[in-house]
Amino acid sequence: MNRIFTSAALGASVLIVSAVACGLQQPDLKNLSGSIKIDGSSTVYPITTAVDEAIREAGSRIKVTVGLSGTGGGFKRFVVGETDISNASRPITKDEVEAAKKNSVDFIELPVAYDGLSIVVNKSNDFVDYLTMVDIKKIFGAEAPAKTWSEVRSDWPNAPIKVFSPGTDSGTFDYFKEVVVGKEGKIRSDMQVSEDDNVLVTGVARDKNAIGFFGYAYLMENQDKLKVVPVDAGKGPITPTHQTIESGEYAPFSRPLFIYVNKKSAERPEVKAFVDFYLANGPKIVEEVRYVKLPAAITERAKANWAKLRTGTQYLNDKGEKVSGPLSKVYN
Amino acid sequence: MNRGAYQPRSRMRRLLKDRLFVILCMIGASLSLLALAILLGSILIQGLGHLDLSFFKDVPSAKPAKAGIGPAMWGSIWVCAACALAALPLGVGTAIFLEEFKPKKPWVRRLHGFLQLNITNLAGVPSIVYGILGLTVFVQLFGIVGNTNDPGFTFGSPDNWYYFQLPLGRGVLAGGLTLALVVLPIVIIASQEALRAVPDSLREAALASGATRWQMIRQMTLPAAVPGIMTGSILAMSRAIGEAAPMLVIAGVVYITFTPQHLMDEFTVMPLQIYNWAGLPQTEFHKVAATGIIVLLAVLLTFNALAVFIRQRFQQPLQ
Repeated sequence: MNRIFTSAALGASVLIVSAVACGLQQPDLKNLSGSIKIDGSSTVYPITTAVDEAIREAGSRIKVTVGLSGTGGGFKRFVVGETDISNASRPITKDEVEAAKKNSVDFIELPVAYDGLSIVVNKSNDFVDYLTMVDIKKIFGAEAPAKTWSEVRSDWPNAPIKVFSPGTDSGTFDYFKEVVVGKEGKIRSDMQVSEDDNVLVTGVARDKNAIGFFGYAYLMENQDKLKVVPVDAGKGPITPTHQTIESGEYAPFSRPLFIYVNKKSAERPEVKAFVDFYLANGPKIVEEVRYVKLPAAITERAKANWAKLRTGTQYLNDKGEKVSGPLSKVYN
Repeated sequence: MNRGAYQPRSRMRRLLKDRLFVILCMIGASLSLLALAILLGSILIQGLGHLDLSFFKDVPSAKPAKAGIGPAMWGSIWVCAACALAALPLGVGTAIFLEEFKPKKPWVRRLHGFLQLNITNLAGVPSIVYGILGLTVFVQLFGIVGNTNDPGFTFGSPDNWYYFQLPLGRGVLAGGLTLALVVLPIVIIASQEALRAVPDSLREAALASGATRWQMIRQMTLPAAVPGIMTGSILAMSRAIGEAAPMLVIAGVVYITFTPQHLMDEFTVMPLQIYNWAGLPQTEFHKVAATGIIVLLAVLLTFNALAVFIRQRFQQPLQ
């Protein structure tokens, strides 16, 4: 209780500080020039570009470029100091942190939105009511993968399962894999794989026995073509919606999206103005591009960390071990 | 002549085979035309609705209705101009050297043949390989003079139109030079063909009248070969403007809201922009992608029409 109170108080004070900071900054947004280089995840790309669009509408003349190298590819450029900001659909890894350290690149980790990995089946599939984590592992895991629906649950029809998955290099696939089969496990290899999520949408929409997964934005755009499957991770079946993703109920498939800012770049006025704007207007923009905004408390923590330029990742502990868990527990 | 050896039955079969062959050819031709018609038709239906003047001026946007191809189109134009300036003189020069200055010494001739073989092979190398080569050589310059953030040599500042730096970084010039590598073999081979088509009698006449080899090339061979060289070069440029793979490696960005101001400036090109739109979740963006394809196709067709025009305009009987 006490902790909640202090964090709320901290949040409120940060809100005031940042509001004042924004108030001071807004007028000279027009006088800022210079350029910001951004690269990384294709999942975060729509948010970052929408933020740039909004800041340009507010009069900014900062030249922003955004690449689509994927989370890993983006970090490769970020840790050598080639980019100012890296978009990421998963936290930075130990290897990437070490590479950054070697090139003396310090960074600030800022969560910006939630995405809910959504599991979908064909519209005419009337037997799948929900899936438990065990069911999902049976369908997607490499260990004894189910060939037919009846192998998942015996009262389901004896029809072959057709599995659709995003590309194995994507942050989306990485996240899904880790949740379903753990770090060491493997996802089955006899899937239809595509880097283009629209291909997965069409694939599942066409095949009566298909199942697939992708980001929440693709589900929102194709609700009329697909049937979303509620996931039971121990607390009853939960459907991915704005509310369940934001509240964390849709664990473990709600995942945070991040931006990482190079500390040296953060000292430049245009980068500072851009990230200030990102954090201040992020929640509204995130909803516009069909992602889910973070709970206010977490946004306030991010603003606080940005204000004091707190470096490093919170997804590795002091011993360099990976920390996992919901964003609200890990990030502070 | 005695034609008695051919029986009427065999003649019938020969004629039947002939007819069959013609029909097969027609089916083949109409199938490829049909595929083209379906492709063009579906793209026009999807994309025409979004095509207006502002599409050429607007920058990428999160809202499909406001998205435009401006920066990508200018990026393509800048990169292709840089590519043409690098590839055409080099390519035509190499072709002249290979065709007009055939060495006599046996070991030089072997070197000459080796060069020729390599150029033919290079024409078949996938373009992504050139992209990676360009990244190492042009963008990073092997990392010997600083890195792209901290260039070892600069001239002017990024605000000047003549700004130059080494290594080149992920800019227009690096992109243009990489594309030049991709199309260079095509330009060389096309120019060689054009030069080879010039009859030797012209060369002999020039040399017999006391012209030097430079005068002969400058005044006889090259003018006669210009239509062929131009056709090949413009087709090579059409290829350059449609290349996505090497540009993905070099440019590395797809979201950009400004047009290049100098040769070191960042850029994106039309194929990358189209690819990006096609992969977005909103179906409206797939229509925007189709509009982008219309613009790209229009530019390509203009290039090809120009090639045909130049060939018609300059082609004159040689005798």
